[in-house]
Amino acid sequence: MTTTSPSTAAPSASQTPLPADWRDLFALTKPRVMSLVIFTGLCGLVAAPERIHPVLAFTAILCIAMGAGGAAALNQWWEADLDAGMKRTAGRPLPQGRLDRTTARDFAGVLCAASVFLMGFAVGWLAAAILAVSIVYYAVVYTIWLKPRTPQNIVIGGGAGAFPPLIGWVAATGHVSLMPVVLFAIIFFWTPPHFWALALFVKSDYAKVGIPMMPVVAGERSTRRQILAYAVLLLPLSALPWWLPGDEHAGAVYGVSALVLSTAFLLLSIRVGLRERTGPDDTMKPEKQLFAYSVIYLFALFAALVVDRFVVL
Amino acid sequence: MTDFQGNDPRSIEQIRKSRNRVLGFSLAGFVILVFFISIAKMG
Repeated sequence: MTTTSPSTAAPSASQTPLPADWRDLFALTKPRVMSLVIFTGLCGLVAAPERIHPVLAFTAILCIAMGAGGAAALNQWWEADLDAGMKRTAGRPLPQGRLDRTTARDFAGVLCAASVFLMGFAVGWLAAAILAVSIVYYAVVYTIWLKPRTPQNIVIGGGAGAFPPLIGWVAATGHVSLMPVVLFAIIFFWTPPHFWALALFVKSDYAKVGIPMMPVVAGERSTRRQILAYAVLLLPLSALPWWLPGDEHAGAVYGVSALVLSTAFLLLSIRVGLRERTGPDDTMKPEKQLFAYSVIYLFALFAALVVDRFVVL
Repeated sequence: MTDFQGNDPRSIEQIRKSRNRVLGFSLAGFVILVFFISIAKMG
């Protein structure tokens, strides 16, 4: 079990500390992850059957981005010690000492609070409440509670990344219905194979800092089988919006895209799920390909949902 | 603010100016956004 507790390293009196650079503050928000969050949130908003004023739609997406950025900054504030021990994250502003933890915490707090209140006042309090839940879910439930304690961290914690389309949808319609819940479920079930593919090729990093990721605790074989199991579940789940009853269901453009994209995801997962590491020189190419494809997959799936709203076959 | 002057080619003043400029633009953007939100809500 590994837990971290934030501490602030004080510079020596003879050296003049530099003020925080805006680029480092921006890096705290994990911009690459945020791009996926913004995109899925935007797709949820655009795919919803109701329309809101473009300024309010822009505000909703801005709030989702600010909330995600704030939660990511809280995550880095809490995990600075762990990040320093992993090659993948050692270059981040906090482990590098380019930013102090108090500044990072305050920046994160302001972003999170501003995102929720702006969403509440401008768009709606239901969307704001779900945004607040997603921030707490990621920063507290996942980062502080689950991640250092259980190999199921990414399974349960995956819910945090699944909120954006739900928030986007609720921002547009003002209520929760079946479709955004299915979109939530798609990202929820996509997250384990996505992260475990990564965890397979950076396993030593996680083991070094004592994070109980699935390959570290349950072993590679079990992780590979579980990746496969989630990919199998994802195939019908991704097509579910096509088969939903009522007016909210997606059309054939989405349905066919989902089946094609998910079949490719399943094929790559089969390759990962049924193989073994050949030795210390194994380049882990199938795992890297699955990880890269999983990002493209989610972008393409949600893009298809939006296209489907405007193109009817 | 834990990096040190000796490790960074940019001066404190340059970093502060650049940060304040970004902060200024962000605040200006926020004020403009609130203005447009008010108009959108009234509509």
